[in-house]
Formats: sequence, structure tokens, C-alpha cells
Amino acid sequence: MELNSKVPPGPLTAKWDQHKFDIKLVNPANKRKYDIIVVGSGLAGASAAATLSELGYRIKCFCFQDSPRRAHSIAAQGGINAAKNYQNDGDSVFRLFYDTLKGGDFRSRESNSYRLAQLSVNIIDQCVAQGVPFAREYGGTLANRSFGGAQVSRTFYARGQTGQQLLLGAYQALEKQIAKGLVTMYPRTEMLDLVMIDGRARGIVVRNLITGKIESHAADAVVLATGGYSNVFYLSTNARGSNATAIWRAYKRGAAFANPCFTQIHPTCIPVSGDYQSKLTLMSESLRNDGRVWVPKAKGDKRAPNDIPHAERDYYLERKYPAFGNLGPRDITSRAAKEVCDEGRGVGESGRGVYLDFADAIKRLGDSTITERYGNLFEMYERITDENPYKVPMRIYPAPHYTMGGLWVDYNLMTTIPGLYALGEANFSDHGANRLGASALMQGLADGYFVIPYTIGDYLARGGFNAVNTDMPEFKSTEREIAEKTSKLLAIDGKRTVDSIHRELGHIMWDYCGMSRNDAGLHKALDMIPKLREEFWTDVNVPGSAVELNQALEKAGRVSDFLELAQLMVRDAINRTESCGAHFREESQTPDGEALRDDEHFAYVAAWEYAGADAAPILNKEPLEFESIHLSTRNYK
Amino acid sequence: MMNLKLHVWRQPSAKDTGRLETYEARDVSPDMSFLEMLDVVNEDLIVTGKRPIAFDHDCREGICGSCGMMINGVAHGPQRGTATCQLHMRTFKDGDEIVIEPWRAQAFPIIKDLVVDRSAFDRIIQRGGYISVNTGGAPDGNDILVGKDRADHAMDAAACIGCGACVAACPNASSSLFTGAKITHLGKLPQGQPERDRRVVAMVEQMDEEGFGNCSWFGECQEACPKEISIDVIKQMNHDYVAAAARGSD
Repeated sequence: MELNSKVPPGPLTAKWDQHKFDIKLVNPANKRKYDIIVVGSGLAGASAAATLSELGYRIKCFCFQDSPRRAHSIAAQGGINAAKNYQNDGDSVFRLFYDTLKGGDFRSRESNSYRLAQLSVNIIDQCVAQGVPFAREYGGTLANRSFGGAQVSRTFYARGQTGQQLLLGAYQALEKQIAKGLVTMYPRTEMLDLVMIDGRARGIVVRNLITGKIESHAADAVVLATGGYSNVFYLSTNARGSNATAIWRAYKRGAAFANPCFTQIHPTCIPVSGDYQSKLTLMSESLRNDGRVWVPKAKGDKRAPNDIPHAERDYYLERKYPAFGNLGPRDITSRAAKEVCDEGRGVGESGRGVYLDFADAIKRLGDSTITERYGNLFEMYERITDENPYKVPMRIYPAPHYTMGGLWVDYNLMTTIPGLYALGEANFSDHGANRLGASALMQGLADGYFVIPYTIGDYLARGGFNAVNTDMPEFKSTEREIAEKTSKLLAIDGKRTVDSIHRELGHIMWDYCGMSRNDAGLHKALDMIPKLREEFWTDVNVPGSAVELNQALEKAGRVSDFLELAQLMVRDAINRTESCGAHFREESQTPDGEALRDDEHFAYVAAWEYAGADAAPILNKEPLEFESIHLSTRNYK
Repeated sequence: MMNLKLHVWRQPSAKDTGRLETYEARDVSPDMSFLEMLDVVNEDLIVTGKRPIAFDHDCREGICGSCGMMINGVAHGPQRGTATCQLHMRTFKDGDEIVIEPWRAQAFPIIKDLVVDRSAFDRIIQRGGYISVNTGGAPDGNDILVGKDRADHAMDAAACIGCGACVAACPNASSSLFTGAKITHLGKLPQGQPERDRRVVAMVEQMDEEGFGNCSWFGECQEACPKEISIDVIKQMNHDYVAAAARGSD
């Protein structure tokens, strides 16, 4: 397959403006003749659906939740970056771009990351205009906080609920358009496949989750904004419903899947407490502004944290990375936690935890300032653990959180399937091998509010569309395939629940394709996954019928896709023998244990192409060319 | 570890009649969340050939607003300021009996078991729970200053997660807390002023159309609210409504 990134020529700083001028436009009166399907209603999906409909396109928007307001973007806590330089601390579009590229360990596409930094400033303005209640200074100006991987203060926030407020802004814009009759919303509706006609994406097949009815929808373009696939690990910070089905179906229809092994493990989550655990809760990275991370110096020190004198504590992040201290990027901070726990210095019952201690900050700032900054997070922590973080340090451990990998897209955010777009976490383009904190919200909204509204017009204006309708054989045969798969799942009637198999898959992925990876472990996983998949298809028990609300059936469909995606992740991790960002290959490290990149052999995007159920996927490479910056070794010391 | 007896509302679909069924929840750890306890019960039901209990849930960290059930007659259960997913079993003790029912309100029809249809909330928002600004052309974020107190008040109201506990807890099944929260959030901000009158009139009208009851100041809503939103927002809504009527907004 040919990977044409369509990166515009010219200097980095001028590419986007030039591109906007060069691409084709759809006449305002003609926009209403085009139907666009948007799948997903998080930051990327809701902002895209609202904005495209404001422009005049006819939009159908789908989400599996009962309302678009519930999409998982809502759970983002800490903030959103923007290069406003309101703090006068030396920030600029170029600095945000450079931090993003460096944070991603130079494995993202330069032009996309630059555009993201450029658009960041517009996002804040747009959200303020919508009534997003960002934190303010007494004088009425917008407040900022610092985040990991940056030495300037550029993160905008709404207490610890920034994702919620940004999503509600986008949701309200979407509801405004729904009220006008310009967007048709399909809640409790899950996309189960993509329909291709004449080599283009022309529609989707969905299941109505209340009635179980399989339905088809035709369109001129399809936009996937369905988020990431961290739930392949079973335990992650993602919502329980977050899944990869839409992007995986698109992959099987011909969209290349890029860098699937780039998965981010977030350093500050509440540790696992038991086998029943259904998800892991993140404690915002913003806590690292004031919390100090430490473990006991001695192995197996079981004393209560407040009984361990200062001299017997190892503030290992401050020791190893004095320049960034507790505010290092996520990949490095996570690995450092794993390392001290592997040494037997972890805390808590399981020994898989480190302390995040606020005692010094409370002494310096007082309880009330800490409450102001982190009150809701402290409460959440106490509810879950029954421990009061004002009195005893929090216990935290890394957990799967975000996936930098996703569908390959060009500069226009189009996948390798004409007419199929991927936005937000569902695509791969902006964060390379590691995403910086407070950049996911930025990307979702940049893609939805400010990129796709321009770029989709270029595709539509080029025309060449044949009329399609849902009675066409392509739709009917896809509906049949789905009905067959559903009947098959319901008929197995085995002994294992979907969750038990999903949990087992999670263990395999966490152990062998998690925070650190090696060739032997990855090959072991490659051997185990197909066996588990086989067990799923012969021994799973999916109760109930296809024509009702059936949550077990919904889960079974999603897990069947995770079982395939997991294998591609492992293959990608095997192929990339370098370490970069969140992908740490034990074979490739510096003498002091840091990730060792291999730019000579791996400065490319690995875009995997589906080649059939029984064939190995084909690896296509998009070379990464850096015109504006020099590749450097990441150094946070 | 605890053993509990659950009485759970089971209703196969909107058309069927529902009833309480009894289940044993064994070996429940105090560190489990309430939904994790239900997960374990469901796993048992599936392997013994029975239908699992349907309930809405997603983020499981108290912010998406998907989950919600009446737990011993109390919306989201006994712990204040806590959504069902954040309620932990340490709140209960060995041998407890727990009655679990769906939200009870005419405007929230039951879909199945504990799952209800809350789309009426979306329709209330559609009547004006937004600021009419299209994407593009927004002034710089610092062009319009917003005092910290004002921004904080707006945020207090904006914290609503749309779970519906306020409706379920209200003897009149009123959605005034939900609607008042959005009206207060947008009404506190300078950006929300141009549409303030028409917003309140239309949203209140929609509450009535959906079949929600009127507010008669029981205050149960603020007790049940997982985000502890104060009924001051209802005061604000009533104030704005009267002011809008006085100004003759339609």
C-alpha cells in the first residue's frame, strides 16, 4: 500500500495556512447535499459533528452510551495545553511543538505536531466563548498550571474536571445543532462495521443496543472518533465501555493501523487492590506539581510511611532527574516506579506502589490551598482507598491510560481508505511514542473544531461519488456477516464468561507487552494470544438473545476484537527492536537504564496492513523526516 | 469478607412487569466498589445459566454520570456526595440486606432491570443549555475578564454529571436541580448573558413537557447529588424565570 502523508510543501510554520488555501472548498449551498457520519461523541467526535453541521453538512452522530455527554473524554482531569504564553514564561507555538515532539521521542509527524501547537490557542478561545468555566485569577484572567514534560506553565484547567467541562462545551454545541435538526443523534448505538463501495467508505452498520436491531447508514464520508484501545489490558484508566471495535473493523476493511505498540502507561494511578478490580483510577498528573514521589531506601521496609525518617526515604525522581524532578514525562516516570518496585522497595500490601507525598506542600501552602487545587482528587482517593491523603501519603502505581497508536492518517486526517477519517485518540499522528500530559484534550478538539472542518471539504469537493443507499448488496452482506457473528457468539454456550477471558488477555498484555518488553516475552505472548482466542470462540458463555439489551453480548463483540488487536500490538513491539518513548525494549537501553532510540533503523511510522484472517499483516513504513529540528536524545536530567 | 442478601429489581423490558428477585452476594471484600460487587454477582449468574443484571455504567470514577440506582431507597446509596460507582462495600456490613432498584420517575422510563432512559435531560439541554457560538471567530480568551468568584460559582454548578439522582430522590420527580445547575453555570458567566432570558423560559417549559414534577423545596435533590450541587441553583433558576417573565421574554 502507498502511504502518502500529503504533508504540504514549504516551511513548517506556513504549511497549514498554505494548505488551507490550496485545498478545495465546498460551496456553502452545496454542503447540505453531503451526508457525513461521525462515530463517537467525545471531544473529537462531538466537536467535529457540531462544527461540520454548523458549516451546513448533514450529520449523523453515533455513540454507544445513553447520551453523548458520557463519552470518556469526560474523565480527563488535569487540563489542556495551549501556547498562549499568558504567563510570560517563554512559551511559544514552537516550544509547545518542540515539547510535543521531544515528549513523543521523535516518532510523530513533524507537520501534524506543529499544526496541533498552532491550533492550541484557538481552542482556548473557542471554549471560553462556549462558557467553559476555566480557572481564573482574581483579576479575571485565565489561570495556568504546570504539567509533566514541560518547563513552562501552559496548562488551562477547570478544577480537576477539565475533560468534563470541555466535553460539556462540545456536547452543548452538539445539542444546539441537534435542536436545529441539523445533526441526528443515535445514542445507545454501536458501530459494528464499515461499508465500502467502489473503494470508498460509504457507510456503517450499527446495532441498536436497546432493541438489538442491526441497521445500516449510508454517507459520503465516515469520521471515526472512537478513542483508544487501552482496554486491551483489561485493567486501565479507560471507561469500561471504551473499545477498539470501530477502528479494528476499519483496519480489517483496509485502513492501515499505525504504531499499535505505542501505549502509554500513566504513572499516577491508584494501585490494584484485588482480583475483582474492574478498572484503575487515575490521579491527575497535576498532583506531581506539589506531591513528592518516594519509596523507602531499604528493601522490604514495612513501616508506616510517616514513621520512616526523611533520611531513609529515596525521592528517586528528584535524585535521578534533578532538572524535571517529579514533573518528568509519563513514560520515564512510570518506568522509574516499576524499577524501584522490581528492586523490592515498593509499598502497600502488594509491593506494587510508590508514595506520592503532600506533607511538604501542605506545610508550605496550608491545607486550604491544597484543597483548592486538588480537593476533588483527594476526596476520590479517600473514597477508593479509605486513606486520607492529607495525613498519609497517597500510594500510586502506573496503569494503562492512553494509546498513541491508532489508524494511520495523512495530513488531512484521512486513513488509507478514501473517505474514512480518524480523529483524536483513534488516530496515531501527533504524539509519537509518548503523549505529554494535557495534550489529549488539545488534540481531540484541534482535530474536531479546526482540522476536519477544512480538510473533509477537499475530499468531498473532488466529487466522483455514485449515489448509494442501504439496500445495496454491500450493506446487506455486511449486515448478514454481523448477524452471523452474533449468532455464533450466542451459540457457543461454553463455561467461561467474557470478563474472565478479557482479564486473562489483560494479564498477558501487561506482563509481556506492558511497561517493558523483551523479545522472549513478546514471542510468548504471540503464542498465548491465539490460544486464548481459540478458547474464547469455543468456550465463552454469552447469555441472552440478540434482540434485546444484552450487555454480555456487547462485551463479547468488543473482546473478540481486542483478542485480534492484541496480536498486532505484539507483532509491532517485536518488530521495533529500539526503545522509544513508552515502548521500552529491554534489549535497547543506555548503561543507566534509559530508553535507547535507534534513529538509523526506526525513524518511521509502522503502518500495518490487514492481509486476511490467516495471513501475517504487511508492514508499511512512512519515513519520519524532520526539517525543523534536530533529533536529540531525550534528557530530563 | 462479607455475605450480603440483595433484592434486585428485574424487568426484562419496558413492556414487561418487573419484580424484586433475591440473590446472595458472597465473599464481598470491603474494598470492592458497589458495581464491582454487582459484577461478581453477574459472573455467578452467567456461569449458573441465568441472566445477568443489566445496569448502566462506564467511567467508574464518578464523572460520566452513567451509573445510578436506588440503594435501600436512597439514590446512589448511603454515602453523601458519592455516585454508585464510587460507593465502596466498606459502607455495608456482613449480613446486610440491600434493596436495589432503578431510578423511579415517569420521565425516566425503564429500559431493562436497572437501566432507565434519561434522554429527557438531553432534550432539556437542547432547549437552550448552551451558548450559541459557532466554531471560529471567538475573541481571545482573556478579552472578557471573569472574576474568580464568579468563575468558581459557575464551576460549582457546571460540575453536574447528569446522572438523574436529583430526579430519583425528589418526591415530585422534579428535574429542577439539573436544569437549575445549567442555568446557573451559564448565567454566572458574561458569555451566557445574551441568551439568559430565553434560555430559562425554554428549559423550564421543556421540563414540564417531559413530565417532570415541580419543585416544592424538599431538598432531597441536593442530598442525593453526587456532586453536592446546592439547591441555590433552583433559587437562581426561579429568579431568572421571574425576571425573564417580567421583561416579557418568550
